[in-house]
Amino acid sequence: MRDFSYVRADTLDAARQASALPGAMLLAGGTTLVDLAKCGVAEPDSLVDITHLKGLDAIKVDGNGAMIGALAKMSHVADHADIKSRFPAVSEALWQAASAQLRNMATIGGNLMQRTRCPYFRDPANFPACNKRSPGSGCSAIGGVTRGHAVLGTSDACIATYPGDLATALVAFDAVVHLGERQIAVDDFFLMPGATPDREHAIEPGEMITAISIPASASARRSTYLKIRDRQSYEFAAASAAVGIDFEDDGRTIRDLRVALGGVATKPWRAHAVEAALKGKVLDEDSVRAASLLAVEGAVDHGANHYKIELAPRVVARAILKTGAMA
Amino acid sequence: MTIHDPRTRHGDASDGAMDQVGGRLSRVDGPAKMTGAAKYAVEQQLDGLTYGVLVESTIASGKVRSIDISAAEAAPGVLKVLTPDTIMSLRTASDWFGTPPPDKPYCPLARDITFSGQHVAAIIAETFEQAVAAAAMVKVSYDETPAITDLSDGKAGDGIPIDAMTKEWGDAQGAFAAAPVRICGAYNTPREYQAPMEPHGLIARWEGDKLTVWEPSQWLDGMARTYAEWFGVPFENVRLVSPYIGGGFGSKALALGHGAVAAAAAKMLGRPVRVVMTRPQTFTGYGGRAATRQTVTIGADTNGIIQSIVHRGVNETSIDGMWVEPLGVVTSIMYATPNFSSKQNVVRVNSVVPGAMRAPGENPSAFGIESAIDELSYEVGIDPLEIRLRNYAEQDPEAKKAWSTRQLREAFAAGAERFGWARRTPEPRSMRDGNQLIGWGVAAGTYPVRRAYGEAVVRILADGSVEVESSSIDMGQGTYTILAQTAAETVGVPADDVVVKLGDSRFPRAGVAGGSRLAGVMTGAVYKAATSALDQLIGLAISDPRSPFHTLQANTLVVANGRIGSPRGDGPDLSIAELLASVGRDHIEATGDTMPANSTAEDRYKNYTTIATSVPHTEGDYSRHSWCAHFIEVRVDEDFGTVRVSRVVSALDSGRLYNPKLAESQWKGGIIMGIGQALLEEGIVDRRHGRIVNNNLGDYLVPTNADIPDIDVISVGIPDLHSSVLGGKGVGELAIVGVAPAIANAVFHATGKRIRDLPITLEKLI
Ligand SMILES: Cc1cc2nc3c(=O)[nH]c(=O)nc-3n(C[C@H](O)[C@H](O)[C@H](O)COP(=O)(O)OP(=O)(O)OC[C@H]3O[C@@H](n4cnc5c(N)ncnc54)[C@H](O)[C@@H]3O)c2cc1C
Ligand code: SF4
Repeated sequence: MRDFSYVRADTLDAARQASALPGAMLLAGGTTLVDLAKCGVAEPDSLVDITHLKGLDAIKVDGNGAMIGALAKMSHVADHADIKSRFPAVSEALWQAASAQLRNMATIGGNLMQRTRCPYFRDPANFPACNKRSPGSGCSAIGGVTRGHAVLGTSDACIATYPGDLATALVAFDAVVHLGERQIAVDDFFLMPGATPDREHAIEPGEMITAISIPASASARRSTYLKIRDRQSYEFAAASAAVGIDFEDDGRTIRDLRVALGGVATKPWRAHAVEAALKGKVLDEDSVRAASLLAVEGAVDHGANHYKIELAPRVVARAILKTGAMA
Repeated sequence: MTIHDPRTRHGDASDGAMDQVGGRLSRVDGPAKMTGAAKYAVEQQLDGLTYGVLVESTIASGKVRSIDISAAEAAPGVLKVLTPDTIMSLRTASDWFGTPPPDKPYCPLARDITFSGQHVAAIIAETFEQAVAAAAMVKVSYDETPAITDLSDGKAGDGIPIDAMTKEWGDAQGAFAAAPVRICGAYNTPREYQAPMEPHGLIARWEGDKLTVWEPSQWLDGMARTYAEWFGVPFENVRLVSPYIGGGFGSKALALGHGAVAAAAAKMLGRPVRVVMTRPQTFTGYGGRAATRQTVTIGADTNGIIQSIVHRGVNETSIDGMWVEPLGVVTSIMYATPNFSSKQNVVRVNSVVPGAMRAPGENPSAFGIESAIDELSYEVGIDPLEIRLRNYAEQDPEAKKAWSTRQLREAFAAGAERFGWARRTPEPRSMRDGNQLIGWGVAAGTYPVRRAYGEAVVRILADGSVEVESSSIDMGQGTYTILAQTAAETVGVPADDVVVKLGDSRFPRAGVAGGSRLAGVMTGAVYKAATSALDQLIGLAISDPRSPFHTLQANTLVVANGRIGSPRGDGPDLSIAELLASVGRDHIEATGDTMPANSTAEDRYKNYTTIATSVPHTEGDYSRHSWCAHFIEVRVDEDFGTVRVSRVVSALDSGRLYNPKLAESQWKGGIIMGIGQALLEEGIVDRRHGRIVNNNLGDYLVPTNADIPDIDVISVGIPDLHSSVLGGKGVGELAIVGVAPAIANAVFHATGKRIRDLPITLEKLI
């Protein structure tokens, strides 16, 4: 049997120290990690259970923004009254993620850290080649079944999609990941695959996500998360968009616009080009549709995922129009 | 001799009080399942239990060059490592028709690899975790050869013609060429999987040369026979136990390779062995529905009257197994046509041999013909419902026999009325709600009445309760409940006083729970056994000198609600328990079966352990089928191509319903599965590796509640005594048939796009 040790951390420092050891992994809700251990992707020597740490599940919202502890459950954040009213896109992204059972187990820290759903990544026995899993081994997905793979941010080494919904909403609203004292913008926290797809986050051994903060903004207050998929529920996004709008006093001219894409890129994808094209303009359907095409500038498909290049701009456009029409 | 009037009325389709046949009694096994008290086969706790884990091929075609088991053998807790070289020798078993097997050994672990995921070795260990760890240490090396991955593989070829599938009358080609209106479409369905909630698995235990197998099973006697033949022991030495089944859909009817491995390991070790498939193994350990391709060409006149149908079909099978998914079965009977031709080929690909999945044959067949006639309706500009009525088959066009009952016209009428079909605007893209294009589609479905024979014991016990025993099974379709109702009504006791025991091959025998036949078979057998138990009870009451009724000189008595009295209400009135006590009996027992009277022991064995004795649905003067019509509304988002089913009205003819509540559930289950088939389900093959990559329930999508609207089902059946003893026809498989084409037809109406490849995923519509 593959033995591993289990440590229940009592303090933040103990958790960090234990997780710095080679082969150690943090265990939160376990909904990703236990799965990956079963399919042979994660082979931890020790699990450091952080779910008993005190105070890390708090959700605080005030005029400056939201501070969400890393151990807050997805379901709690989704249902939090102030998150719903001031960051509706964040709440909606969580509500549309996974299933009720998973949301009750899973934590915000673990959610950001979830791994790709690339089927080749998850089946090491049959597909030894995977640069994300074993650097330099190749990529089984390229030339294979690619319907769910990314069209943005890919490299020759890896085309895996970052699957999470929450991080897509976070990146739209300039959220910050707190690794104890160190803080890093969500956009910088997730790394492009480049030649090193095994390195997914700007986090070092012994570091741990302690919280996520989201600055308050008018665009976050008027925001939407739109997730499109074949199955109505319990499926990752074929394409999704987090959108927030702040209008000038005329109620039509766009003062601030936030757009991020999910389900189509190797990391949560901020669509700055779409934002820039529409800022200062009056919201109307034709210009929104035209600008939304910029969301997939530079996209590259691998056959079966071509539809994402068509789909993503439509999702962005609908999300902007829907958000713009909100009372 | 029956000395009392049979109580079973043959009135309308849903007659009967709650406790009786036709009543809406809730599932009697429901509370046990809801509370977790129901113990499933592999949950047995046995002393000395060991755990087996399978090692599978990672290539799709080639040979095993060597297997290095040294590390695995040395791993902690490992008791045995089985490979083709070390597993005990088994005999080949007969197939499900009972065809005598070739006299050669059978090895459930493969040296010649014909598909990815084939069992090549197995670890048996003290704990499950030890077995999993050791299985990962087995190193298999292969000599790989190119695989034929699926039907579209260039190497696949045209396949093998299956002459038995050829059906022809008239001059189909000539009439097609001469027809003023001609349409032709190619319709494809992918590999689909049964995906039962309970994965396959078993515990096998030997005591001397007696084998007990706890295994979810749709067919105890058939599987017991296979185990007996593999191990060369008498049939009686094998006991199968399967009290509850967590979903089968056709996949749990046969003993499979993993079962052979478990039973062989148990024999070799002298300890019980448990093997349970992982979810990914449920995609390769046995077959789902074969991928199919059909072309349907229809020639018609300008009024939409069909002159000719030419149908060609292909399904995939494995390299060394044969599975025919009969694709012309609905094509040949749904519509009247003077000229017809259907032929089918089977193509070998490197996959596990496909298997039965809810309405094998009828399901993909209906997707072809029910899409094609919809295409014809637009071609000639006739309403899709109207064109079906114009081509209504008044008799079986193929067998040229009268239908036993065919309430399809009634189904169309009732469904259309409830759905509001008359309000449909004919043009595609003519109905809309904001970004949503709305489409209304209709399609029909059918399933033959498969008949066989069954056997049951009914006991009236000293306390007045009734016990029913049968080796048939309940996989959620309601056998426990309807047999309780049948016995309750026939004997005259409340259903609460009936205990039904199923799922043990020691009980009186039953054939396969497949082809929607079990309810008709078993209600008939229980009815007969209960009738003869009641005869005995009344006989005793009248003739036993100790009975209070003895002096009454009655020639019959009435049993109702657990009490026995005279028809005129004079004389004594006793509970069944009191009567049995008065005559000094502790029980009455009767066996009943529906076998022909002169059946030999060999006939019976064959009947219960093979499907060879199934009575053809066109036997005698009639052609017997269930029928249905589905009316479905979809909403397609114009930008995203996402299809949501927003309304379903289905009217179904399953003859008399033994329990309408349970029949409705089964119909709804079939419709839900049909929605999954239409919109979501597809085993996706990596064409370089010949491997299904979405082999888990996160990636192989089945519908969630959010995908399913309220489903309105209407029973239009009437009792059909040509089909079964009590007048029912098949329920379980019928309702899935026709759902996928109804959705595809609705999608066409919504969007103007005809999707002929299932599933209808969003990229096909954007
Ligand atoms: C079937 C299925 C469907 C799903 N569908 C969706 C979906 O539609 N959308 C979506 O967004 N998600 C989806 N998910 C993913 C789900 O949201 C994640 O599994 C979950 O959020 C992970 O949280 P956890 O607490 O269980 O993490 P764990 O499994 O405990 O941990 C995950 C990873 O994060 C690390 N980790 C945990 N906490 C910290 C921390 N504080 N600091 C640093 N590292 C940490 C762990 O070491 C591990 O590597 C789905 C999951 C499943 C199984
Ligand atoms: S896409 Fe990335 S994760 Fe998937 S197989 Fe290739 S390298 Fe591995």
